[in-house]
Amino acid sequence: MGTLLEVKNLRTEFHTQDGVVHAVNGVSFHVDEGETLGLVGESGCGKSVSMLSVMRLIPMPPGKIVSGQVMFQGRDLLQVDDEEIRSVRGNKIAMVFQDPMTSLNPVLTINTQVSEALELHLGMTKPQARKRTIELLKMVGIPEAERRVDDYPHQFSGGMRQRVMIAMALSCSPQLLIADEPTTALDVTIQAQIIDIVKRLKRELGMAIVWITHDLGVIAGLADRINVMYAGFVIESATTKEIFGNPLHPYTLGLLGSIPRLDAALKAKLTPIEGLPPDLIALPKGCPFYERCRYRTDKCAEENPPLELATLRHWVACWNWQDVRKQRLQ
Amino acid sequence: MADTTQPLVQVKGLKKYFPVMQGIILQRKVADVKAVDGLDFEIRKGETLGLVGESGCGKSTTGRAILQLYRPTAGEVIFQGKNLCKLQGEELRKMRRHMQMIFQDPYASLNPRMTVGDIIGEPLEVHNIAKGKEKKERVQELLQIVGLNPYFVNRYPHEFSGGQRQRIGVARALAVNPDFIVCDEPISALDVSIQAQIINLLEELQAKFHLTYLFIAHDLSVVRHISDRVAVMYLGKIVELTDRTSLYENPLHPYTKALLSAVPIPDPVVEEKRERIILVGDVPSPLRPPPGCRFHTRCPIVMDVCKVQDPVFRDVGGDHWVACHAVK
Repeated sequence: MGTLLEVKNLRTEFHTQDGVVHAVNGVSFHVDEGETLGLVGESGCGKSVSMLSVMRLIPMPPGKIVSGQVMFQGRDLLQVDDEEIRSVRGNKIAMVFQDPMTSLNPVLTINTQVSEALELHLGMTKPQARKRTIELLKMVGIPEAERRVDDYPHQFSGGMRQRVMIAMALSCSPQLLIADEPTTALDVTIQAQIIDIVKRLKRELGMAIVWITHDLGVIAGLADRINVMYAGFVIESATTKEIFGNPLHPYTLGLLGSIPRLDAALKAKLTPIEGLPPDLIALPKGCPFYERCRYRTDKCAEENPPLELATLRHWVACWNWQDVRKQRLQ
Repeated sequence: MADTTQPLVQVKGLKKYFPVMQGIILQRKVADVKAVDGLDFEIRKGETLGLVGESGCGKSTTGRAILQLYRPTAGEVIFQGKNLCKLQGEELRKMRRHMQMIFQDPYASLNPRMTVGDIIGEPLEVHNIAKGKEKKERVQELLQIVGLNPYFVNRYPHEFSGGQRQRIGVARALAVNPDFIVCDEPISALDVSIQAQIINLLEELQAKFHLTYLFIAHDLSVVRHISDRVAVMYLGKIVELTDRTSLYENPLHPYTKALLSAVPIPDPVVEEKRERIILVGDVPSPLRPPPGCRFHTRCPIVMDVCKVQDPVFRDVGGDHWVACHAVK
């Protein structure tokens, strides 16, 4: 499997009245053909901004992609001209967002919105695009697609709208689908339906997916590899089984320990991570997790650990990952 | 632990309908949104009763209707020997001392123009519990109890994070020493690592102050952790109610089974092997609930009787209540 997308040292900041928000601080990762990469972290960790930067969807100002490279099919997407990035967006790389109501245009029919990409990127005529749109709606499981294609977004439920978004994203058979918290706003039974559809379509179309979420349960069943993010940094990267079975970063360990599991024995108490994430305007000198870390040493306050190879295909940004592993194995 | 002989709150035939009006000058009612459509259950002293269901099932409306924040359309809520539905004005206000609420949105539930001290102190004034110096001391005590620095008493809500604001909401609810607190999705708006902090806090406070909770949430994993008994709602009705072990290990209602199978488990090995029950279609509208059993349009084991007859909510043994024709 070849590498489809390679992000190198991406830095994105936002210039606000209160100061410069350092949202993405030197993030590097890759996505291989056909794989599902999970980008996991809590709000403010930089997972959405990273992928919006890849797609050049960051409003500039106040945003600014300060540095970095996004290599896709031999080109750096951050350097290509507007026409070229537009030919990639919605075509070769597609995106599905969290809230389908604000992502769909409320005054246009579903047909108009889904057909747009088909007409623009694939040069279809209106009747051709309409036919393909109906096929796509059927593919994502919208009942009575021939009739519903002329409905407006408000006539669909949240789950149905998200299916429409997926149909739109997949219309030009992209090689990479970026899904930014697509099921967070949906009920759990509808979430299960959407995940089911995405998995099926991925198998049929052979595309790669970057799935952004804070829900460790959802990502456990979806991703091949996971990058855990914190304060604009990737702090751990490994296969899904490794992340859950052998977490090496204190934040990852803390996160796994703080969520109640449906199948776990009932503990008396959850083990939360005390404290709060750092202010992205005033990031500390050393490791961003220092204040909340139980494994911290003096070095951590002085030097921010880089993401380095720790064990087989498992990278972590922590000076003391060996202590983390030792303690967990006890 | 829960005192099973003495219900603190008894709910009988609770209904809350919201009228749908049409017309510009003369408005007439054309339909009802039947948000809560006949609930019978009790909340026992000292327990945490979890109330789960997906959006639109009526769980938040139930919590508010019990506290009379919405006046019920029908039914009774018996609390401390009185039917709250029949109380008005001053009489009802006095009862509010004993029953409080923690709200979902920590950004909307605190008055942005009041200091934290004023927010927590207000109930003490309103219910004549403490004034002046005594009130100030009590406010500081409450801040400490919820894990906030009492030094913050003169700050405004916008100066706090979501998790901290939620703690302020908890302090406010505790101020009057209530017996019963309705927690309406108190952690849904918070980050995962902060959620655990608030859950632990709620559990500690329950043990310390002998509180009874109605814990409303859609996250089944959290509800399983904190609750003693759990009620599952669907489209305005309770479909299953039992102790948490029975619910999670031996669910009887097909909706409960589907709900549990849909909850993701943070373990890739487990997820790989899981069998999911994927429900077909969307939740029907509470404006037009299906006839018979409301779940029949999506039920994997639907029978003819389900389409015409609403199943009775009954105890099928061991204090396990279900409303389903397929359960004997």
